[in-house]
Amino acid sequence: MTIFEKSVKDRKGYELPPYELSDVGCNLPEHLIRKETPLLPEVSEVDVVRHYTELAHKNYSVDRGFYPLGSCTMKYNPKINEDMAALFANLHPFQPRETIQGAINLMGELKDLLCEITGTDDMTLQPAAGAHGELTGLLIARAYFEDKGELDKRRKVIVPDSAHGTNPASASMAGFDVIEIKSGDDGCVNLEELKAHLDDTVAVIMLTNPNTLGLFEKDILNISQMAHEVGAVLYYDGANLNAIMGRTRPGDMGFDIVHLNLHKTFSTPHGMGGPGSGPIGVKAHLTPFLPTPIVRKSADKYDLDYNLPKSIGMVRSFYGNFGVMVKAYTYIHTMGSCGLKHVSEMAVLNANYLRKRLSRLYKVAYDRVCMHEFVIDNEDFAKKTQVKTLDIAKRLLDYGLHAPTVYFPLIVHEAMMVEPTETESKQSLDTFADAMEKIYEEAIENPEVVKSAPHVTPVRRLDDLTATKSPIFRYKK
Amino acid sequence: MHRYIPHTEEEIKQMLAEIGVSSIDDLFVDVPKTIDGYKIPESKDEFTVRKAVQGLARMNVEFEPENVFLGAGIYFHHIPTVVGHLASNPNFLTAYTPYQAEVSQGTLQMLFEFQTMMCELTGMQVSNSSMYDGASAFAEALLMAARINGKKKMLVAKTINPEYRTVARTYTKPAGITIDEINYNRSGRIDVEMLRSKIDDDTSAVAVAYPNFFGIVEDLKSLRELIPENIVFIVVAEPVSLAILEAPGKFGADIVVGEGQSLGVTPNLGGPGIGFFTTLEKHVRKMPGRIIGQTKDVDGKTGYVMILQTREQHIRREKATSNICSNQAYIALLNALYLSVMGPQGLKEVAWRSYNSAHYLADELAKRGFKRVFDGEFFNEFVVEIPISYREKWHEMVKDGILGPIPIDRVYKELGPSALVCTTEVNTKESMQRLIEVMTK
Repeated sequence: MTIFEKSVKDRKGYELPPYELSDVGCNLPEHLIRKETPLLPEVSEVDVVRHYTELAHKNYSVDRGFYPLGSCTMKYNPKINEDMAALFANLHPFQPRETIQGAINLMGELKDLLCEITGTDDMTLQPAAGAHGELTGLLIARAYFEDKGELDKRRKVIVPDSAHGTNPASASMAGFDVIEIKSGDDGCVNLEELKAHLDDTVAVIMLTNPNTLGLFEKDILNISQMAHEVGAVLYYDGANLNAIMGRTRPGDMGFDIVHLNLHKTFSTPHGMGGPGSGPIGVKAHLTPFLPTPIVRKSADKYDLDYNLPKSIGMVRSFYGNFGVMVKAYTYIHTMGSCGLKHVSEMAVLNANYLRKRLSRLYKVAYDRVCMHEFVIDNEDFAKKTQVKTLDIAKRLLDYGLHAPTVYFPLIVHEAMMVEPTETESKQSLDTFADAMEKIYEEAIENPEVVKSAPHVTPVRRLDDLTATKSPIFRYKK
Repeated sequence: MHRYIPHTEEEIKQMLAEIGVSSIDDLFVDVPKTIDGYKIPESKDEFTVRKAVQGLARMNVEFEPENVFLGAGIYFHHIPTVVGHLASNPNFLTAYTPYQAEVSQGTLQMLFEFQTMMCELTGMQVSNSSMYDGASAFAEALLMAARINGKKKMLVAKTINPEYRTVARTYTKPAGITIDEINYNRSGRIDVEMLRSKIDDDTSAVAVAYPNFFGIVEDLKSLRELIPENIVFIVVAEPVSLAILEAPGKFGADIVVGEGQSLGVTPNLGGPGIGFFTTLEKHVRKMPGRIIGQTKDVDGKTGYVMILQTREQHIRREKATSNICSNQAYIALLNALYLSVMGPQGLKEVAWRSYNSAHYLADELAKRGFKRVFDGEFFNEFVVEIPISYREKWHEMVKDGILGPIPIDRVYKELGPSALVCTTEVNTKESMQRLIEVMTK
C-alpha cells in the first residue's frame, strides 16, 4: 500500500515551535498563489515510521548479505564513515572561506591521497558520480584538443565492445563520435583492431582495466604507447580499481585521465543508486582544463583556486558530493597503504576462488586467472535446459542471495558477472557457490521451479513490458 | 588481518590450493608491478581515525540554524528527527540500484512515491527518480529542450542561480547550444521586452527561476502567454515555495527542475543534495534519468519496476538521452520522508513562515536604511543595498555566531554593493533582531 493510501485528512506528523511574528500579509498577486493543496501524505509520526520500516524490509542490501554485482564493488560500508560525514553536515557552501577550513583541508588531503593512489598530478572532486566523472574527463580532453587547435580533426572516442554503457553515452554527450572496437579472442583489446582505427582523428581511448570480463589488459603499456604516438588521450574508467590497489597505478600504466568511484572502491554506501562521487585525476598536461574551483596547496595551506582561465567550467554546483568525500577519506585512513593493497589481494583471491568453484558446473567465459571479477557464460546451458541467466538470477533471490550483474558485458551472451569483493568470507562464497550448484541441478531436474522463480520474495516476477507500454508514473487517487 | 576483511591465514591457504596456485602473487602475474603499496599513511585504529576527522571538523565554524541568513540555493530548515533515523536503515543505505526488482520493492516504491510528491508540488505529470543536483538538472533540461524541438538557442534568465548557469554552459557547449542571457528589470523579474525581442524561429527554450536567485516570484502566467507553444518553457523551482506558490505546471511549463536539498536534507557543504526533474507525459521519452513505474507481478500483486529504460545508457549507449547512471536515490528518500512527515499543512506552514519572516525582516532592514534593490514580490529571499564596508562586516559577524546575508555584487557587478538576505522557519524574532544590530553597528 502506498503512503498516500494510508493518509487520513488532518492527521499530522510534524510539530513546529510557536511562531512569534504576526502575519504581515501576503502581497503576491492572486494568480500566483497556490489554489489546490498538493497531494502529500497526512500521517502521524508512527505511520511514517511503520511505512518506511516496512519498505526497508522489502529491500536486499549489503548489510543483509552477499551482493555479488559485477562492476559495482558492493563491499561492506563501514559505519564509522557515516558518523564522520555527519560531523560536516551543517556547513553552508557559501560560508566565509575561513569558516570551512576543516572541509577544505579534508578535500585537499583527500585529493593528495587519491592522486597518489591513481598516479596522477592533479584532481577534481566535483563530479557527483562515475558517469559524471566520465563526462568531466572527456570535456577536459575536448578542451585540451581545442586549446591545441586539433578539435576539428579529433572527433573520435574509441571504446571496446566490453565497455560500460556510460562510456559511449558520456563520449557522445561530450560531442565526440563513438567508435566501438571488437575485443580479441582472449577477451582483451585486440591490438590489430585498435591499430586499424588509430590515427590523428582519435581524441580519446577509454579503457577499463581490469576490463569488464575481469581480465587485466596485459598489453596496456603497448596500448598506451600506441595511443600517445598518435597524440590521443588515454582514459581510465575506474569502476574496477578495486583489483589493482597497491601494485600498480593507472598513471603508471600511461593513463592521462583517471576516474574513480568513491562509492565502489572506497566503501561509501550506494544508497539505492546514489549519491556517489566520481573524482577525475589528470596528468600535468591536462591540469589547466580541470573544473573550477580546484583545491590546491600554496604555502603549506590548502585553498580553493578559481583562477583557471582554461578550465572547462563547473560540472556541478559547489564542491561536489562532499559528504561522500568525508566517508572515503575516513576509509583510506582506516585502511592505510598496506590495507588497500590487502583489499585488492583479497578481492582477487575471492573472485578466483569463486570462479574455480563455479567452474565445476558452469562455463566461465575466458577461464583463466581473473582479477576481482569474472563472467559466467550460460549460452550453451540455456540452449540445453531452456533455463536462462535471468532465471538463475531470479532463483538466487529465493536462496536469500542477491544475483550477480546479468547480461553484461554484452560480448558474452547470457552473461553473469560476479564480483564478490574482499569483505566476503570463504563461508559466504561457499554458500553462494552451493546455491548456484543447487540451481544447476534444479535446472536439469525441475526446470519449472527455476523458470518461474522467484517464489518467496515480497513480489514475484513483474510485468516490465506493460509497465513501459502503458506507464503508470505516479500514484493517483 | 583487518576488521573489514575476514580471511584468516589458514583460509587463504585453502583458497589458494582450491584455485591451484601457490601464492597471492600468482594471481597478479598479468599486472606490471610498478609500486609496492602507496606513499600514504599506514592504517589507523578506529579511535585514532575518529580523532583525526573530528580535528578537521573542529576547524570549521558551525552556526546555529536560527542565526543563518544565507540561502542562495542551499537552505537551513528544521529536519524532523525521524527523517535521519529512518533513512539510516541499512536496507536503504547499503542497497544498490534496484536492478533486481523483486528484492528492491522498498527502493522502487519509495521512489515511485517520491515521483508522485514531486509531480504534486510542481504540477507536472512525470518525475524521474533524481539527478545529481539542481544545477545539472537545469543543464540536462536545456539538453532535453534541444532534443524536443531540434533547436539550439536557449534564452536563460540572468536571475537563475549563477552556479546553475555556469554548469549549464559546461554541459551544453559540446552540443553546439548557445545560451543567451536575458536581463532583469527593476522589479527583479526577467526583462520581458528583451525576452520578446530575442525569441525567434531558432529559439529552443526559455528558462526562468521561480522564485529566482533574487527571491523574486516571476509571473509565469504572462511569460507562458508570451512564449510560443513550440518553445520549451523551463522553470527552475524551489520546492518549499511551491507549497504557497501556484504550481508551474498550472501555467504550462514543459520542464520543471530544481534542487531538493530544502526538503529534509542537511546543507552538507552543498552536497549531497538532489536534483529533481519533472515534465509532461508527451515529452517523457526525451527525459534523462531513471523512472519508476507501477505494475503487477505474475500473481497480480502490485509492484514497481524501472521503466522506459531504452532511453538510458546501459541499453542505448551512445544514443541514450543522458549518460546519467548513479543518481541521488538516497536523497530522494530523505525528501520523501520529509514530505511524509510534514504533509501538505506542515510544508505550507514552513513556506508561509519563511515568507512571513522574510517580509518582516525586509521591513525592519528598510527602516534602518537597507533599501530593497527590487520592488517585485518575493518569497523568502530579497536583495538589499549595503555599504561597501559590509563585505568585511560579513566576515566579522562570524564572531557573533551569525552567518549573514551574502554579498552578491561580485557576480552581479551592475547592482553595486548588495546582499541577498534569506530567512526560513528556523530564524527567530530574536535572531533577526541580532542580525539587524550587527548590520547597523
